[in-house]
Amino acid sequence: MAQTTQTRPPGPDDTASVPLTKPQLPGWAPALAAVVAFGAAALVGLLLGWGVVGIVAVGWILLLIGLPAWSTAVEGSRKGTDRLVGTVVWSTLALALLPLIAVLWEVISRGAPALNATFFTASQSGVLGAGGGIYHAIMGTLIVTLIATVISVPIGIMAAIYLVEYGKKNRLSQVLTFLIDVMTGIPSIVAGLFALALFTLIFGPGVRMAVGGSIALSVLMIPIVVRSTEEMLKLVPDELREGAYALGVPKWRTIVKVVLPTALGGIVTGATLAVARVAGETAPLLLIVGTFRATNFNPFDGAMATLPVLIFSEATRGGLQEYIPFQLERAWGAALVLIIIVMALNLLARVVGSYFSPKTGR
Amino acid sequence: MSTTETERTPPREPEAPRGVSRRGDTIFAGLAKGSGLFIMLALAGVALFLVLQSLPAIGASGENAYGADNIVLYIWPLLFGTVLAAIIALVIATPLAIGVALVISVYAPRRIARLLGYLIDLLAAVPSVVYGLWGRETLQSWVFPIYQWLADNLGWIPLFAGPVTTGRTILTAGIVLAVMALPIITALCREVFAQTPTMHKEAALALGATRWEMIKMAVFPYSRSGVTSAILLGLGRALGETMAVALVLSASGVITINLISSQNPSTIAASIALNYANASGIKTNVLIAGGLVLFVVTFAVNFLGRWLAARGQAKG
Amino acid sequence: MAKSIDISDVNIYYGDFLAVQGVNMTVKARQVTAFIGPSGCGKSTVLRTLNRMHEVIPGARVEGKVVVDGQSLYDPSVDPVAVRRQIGMVFQRPNPFPTMSIYDNVLAGNKLNAKKMKKDEADSIVEKSLKGANLWNEVKDRLAKPGMGLSGGQQQRLCIARAIAVEPQVLLMDEPCSALDPISTSAIEDLIHELKSDYTIVIVTHNMQQAARVSDETGFFNLKATGEPGQLVEFNSTTKMFSNPDEPATEAYISGRFG
Repeated sequence: MAQTTQTRPPGPDDTASVPLTKPQLPGWAPALAAVVAFGAAALVGLLLGWGVVGIVAVGWILLLIGLPAWSTAVEGSRKGTDRLVGTVVWSTLALALLPLIAVLWEVISRGAPALNATFFTASQSGVLGAGGGIYHAIMGTLIVTLIATVISVPIGIMAAIYLVEYGKKNRLSQVLTFLIDVMTGIPSIVAGLFALALFTLIFGPGVRMAVGGSIALSVLMIPIVVRSTEEMLKLVPDELREGAYALGVPKWRTIVKVVLPTALGGIVTGATLAVARVAGETAPLLLIVGTFRATNFNPFDGAMATLPVLIFSEATRGGLQEYIPFQLERAWGAALVLIIIVMALNLLARVVGSYFSPKTGR
Repeated sequence: MSTTETERTPPREPEAPRGVSRRGDTIFAGLAKGSGLFIMLALAGVALFLVLQSLPAIGASGENAYGADNIVLYIWPLLFGTVLAAIIALVIATPLAIGVALVISVYAPRRIARLLGYLIDLLAAVPSVVYGLWGRETLQSWVFPIYQWLADNLGWIPLFAGPVTTGRTILTAGIVLAVMALPIITALCREVFAQTPTMHKEAALALGATRWEMIKMAVFPYSRSGVTSAILLGLGRALGETMAVALVLSASGVITINLISSQNPSTIAASIALNYANASGIKTNVLIAGGLVLFVVTFAVNFLGRWLAARGQAKG
Repeated sequence: MAKSIDISDVNIYYGDFLAVQGVNMTVKARQVTAFIGPSGCGKSTVLRTLNRMHEVIPGARVEGKVVVDGQSLYDPSVDPVAVRRQIGMVFQRPNPFPTMSIYDNVLAGNKLNAKKMKKDEADSIVEKSLKGANLWNEVKDRLAKPGMGLSGGQQQRLCIARAIAVEPQVLLMDEPCSALDPISTSAIEDLIHELKSDYTIVIVTHNMQQAARVSDETGFFNLKATGEPGQLVEFNSTTKMFSNPDEPATEAYISGRFG
């Protein structure tokens, strides 16, 4: 058959009957291999006194060699390669989730002891070592983030409306889309420098003002809001718009009464995620808002404490050796509070998203 | 948005003067366009202020330039550190992110895949300062014995020359940055992998390909530019990250590729964060000039990433 | 050698949704069997169970028996990869791998098994398969060009060449002409006639004339009722099916009274 010049289609050899069954490892083979590999590693490791890291590493290597080798022997080399890649790929997942678990565990176990009533109601005013709370920083974070939201959300939504509803593919909207992409990548510290430079120009050097932090956060937040709103508006079917136009409804009312309500869930989700994203930003606040040990409710006057900056400054403050444990406990406590706030916002966004999401029946 | 309410046209009056609705349209369109223009203005403002405030730094030297002879000599080691830390981060994060993205988009059953997607998104939700705190307080003590082992056994490789006296090295900073870049790269890779046309995946499977062979034949060739752009956007994130590095790194501003010694290069962002408080006069301008350089570098990287992504989409 | 396929009591599910119920038929070797019926009645679903492509869709599963040459496809010891290797498939839309050349597309399946193939051996497989797919004369001068550069009909014949390059026993075709113009369609139909002498062919089509032209036997699928699962209404020789079907429903469909 091989060296023919025949033009007939190639036909399989008539006598051959190729078996479809191939020896296969049972479904529980990977689990067994994992148990054996890690068990063997643990046994040897305990005898030789390796640490947990050593046992896990050796067990993993055993699994990585053992399962593909077993599979190659039974199922052939192609399946063996497939098993090898599968093991590697699932391992990357485990490795990627490790820091998440480690960070959350560390923050909860070291932050929880710090939480008590005083922690939430007192400031650091007059506190040197133990005691005091982070009330001032919680308030500061709320104020700074709230102002940033008030600036960013309307501008972001209106810009997205322009991009989707008005500026369809014209020059301005193309440039704008590009610039918003650029803005998404601005490092947060550069946004802080911008606010610092702007306020230095207006108020002179050494200025500290919470509203400056809000402006810096807005620079980071606006592109996120525009992006997510744009995506949501694009999902609104054109039939809805045309239906409204056909009734003689002016364009702006169509947008306000038909398009925006349809996309509302997605827009709120996007905005909430944007808030969650900037609530934990530190660098810009460090530059322009600064730190303050007492409570300050006026965003236009002087420095204000915020949670992220408090975490940073308590962790790096140094000072008297006997104070350091208290500073660290405060930093971890504040980290726990900050994570709870950010996670709550994320959760809220998901709930809002699934609550409002159009029911497509799937 | 409040203006939309003040310009209300009564819905049940067809003969309402045309001009009202037209005025409403004009105002609303104007507001929308104005917001767009405002954003452009803001971005121009960022660039303009950075440039203006950087100009005085050009002549800075000696004490004003943090001991460097001129602004270039001040920024260069920082830029080196910035890029080094980001590259370490990507070397660690990229394979992990591609693996995780494959698990979510190909390997895991759909329900588990959704859950895993949420978990990876949570990784992105943790504020950078918390990662910094974790790196400074926890991770550094975990990696310290590993660094000692590396220095003892692989010390002949310049990267691991040591001596190891602290866990707070540029490698640790790179690991923390990798954790932070991972969710971005994963999310983008996931999207690209998921967009591989089913018909190409089925073509491979119908030829009798195993899962991995299907990935090699159908998924990877299709997503090459998308994955590259994901890596670049992750790089953009790692370059600009401030707090994690500022908290983790014990920096001394040297240029070295020794990843585990106590003599570590600093990064632009971290040095701004750590020095701004004591800066005044020309020193402030020097820091802002550093910020400008960072801005330009991240801009270039992000631009390249977006361009590749757009090109990939146009092609696919 | 081409193989026959015995299908008995097959139920096909998507998750909890029963898509096709109680299919029994025997697909004869070296014949063309056509599946016809209105959209959404499960013709393609049944086709995809014949080489275990159905289970690629998350949540999909199959009950019952599909036996090829005495081997049950859904036996736990059967390797789906080996099944797909023996039972080739051509899809509704031509799907050559976009990053591969024509040459590499043809060899895509062969390369999976033989890591190192001699150049002349590979060349002869490519030539044989492309000749088998009636495409050789059109592409022999541009084998290194990407497969996506061909016309739709050529791409589909390239996919057929790719499927027969691994010398399968059965060739499944899922509406292979629905995305093609009439001239390309007729080229493919001629090809099906030629391939019949070597392969068992199952073709899904919603074009009754096509079924009448190319097939020896025909299965008519329909929904029991709206919202009910699909079922095999009648399975008969094509001549009988189109002249004097047993079931009134088949008659109604073929004479164009519905669907």
